[in-house]
Amino acid sequence: MLTDAFNSFAGADHLIISIALVALIMFITKKISIMLGEERIASALAIITGLVLAFIGGKVTGGSSGLADISIFSGAGIGLLGGSMLRDYTIISTAYGVKLKNLKKAGPVGVISLLVGVIFSFIVGSGVAMALGYTDPAEVTTIGAGAVTFIVGPVTGTALGVSSEIIAISVAAGLVKSIMTMVITPFIADLVGLDNPTSAMVYGGLIGTTSGVAGGLAATAPELVPYGAMTATFYTGLGTLIVPSLGFIIIRSILL
Amino acid sequence: MEIIGMGFVAFFMLLGSFLGRILGQFIGTGGDVGGVGLAMLFMVLTVNYLENRGRMFKPRTENGIKFLSALYIPIIVAMAARLNVVGAINGGLVAILAGGVATIGAMFLVPLLSKLKK
Repeated sequence: MLTDAFNSFAGADHLIISIALVALIMFITKKISIMLGEERIASALAIITGLVLAFIGGKVTGGSSGLADISIFSGAGIGLLGGSMLRDYTIISTAYGVKLKNLKKAGPVGVISLLVGVIFSFIVGSGVAMALGYTDPAEVTTIGAGAVTFIVGPVTGTALGVSSEIIAISVAAGLVKSIMTMVITPFIADLVGLDNPTSAMVYGGLIGTTSGVAGGLAATAPELVPYGAMTATFYTGLGTLIVPSLGFIIIRSILL
Repeated sequence: MEIIGMGFVAFFMLLGSFLGRILGQFIGTGGDVGGVGLAMLFMVLTVNYLENRGRMFKPRTENGIKFLSALYIPIIVAMAARLNVVGAINGGLVAILAGGVATIGAMFLVPLLSKLKK
């Protein structure tokens, strides 16, 4: 009787179970980041936890959809919550806080650094993918997109229809960028002259990962955070616009 | 009402998705290419246009949009949890190199571009 009740319980409300799980992950990683005295790494920690769970799910089931292959999270659970529909919906909503007058304030140098930043990261990421033997244009573009940010990677990969494995690589590349930015910025700040609002805006536009830029600048010179964040907020939008379209066309013409 | 804010975002997502699909057909990949970026672009332009004309959103409408923004990292966590990480581990090197080189390279571009302003 108890097993029947449990099975019936576990069979229902997949989405709610998954929301509770994600909430728990966010709660725990937030606590850990506060304990470490680095509250800004909470998001990165939570995403890494998600990847670790996907790894466990993949190992346990032998499937290719991570945790979504475990029945209690499948279907309308992690599959729906972490699917491209809700992902795109919430990403688009972040554009609400973007003020055009901030971009004007950043001026031409801000706009140039944004364009250079997205294009540079994309070229480096795609170049590394090609150097390591990836030849499919959609896969190379997706990995290059991951080097832009961990959002641009999956958005591009979904548009171009690559496998979940390639999308996971692109997320990992974006995470490496985000974490490295947080860690390295304080050490490299003097070397690259990161001590005034202009260079902070250039830095935000070139690196673009909002959490990395905000975290890195906070550890370097907290008064510069708004300047870096100002340009960084435009970065993902620009990336999701030009990488899957223009970027893919260029990569395809190189590889075919 | 909060639902109006959610509907506002939904409208731009649908618009972007439609335009992205046209672009996808045009490029020949099919699918929705750049739709998210287009949706964000049109939303930024619309919100800034409305605000310049003194038409601010009502706080509750705004709450609907802010609720969605607040969910973006948790949704990314859920997305991470359903990826084929076991498969990706084999490609771990490409992720570290692609992300790492892009980051360090971009940092050394900072002084070059900062000079542009001077």
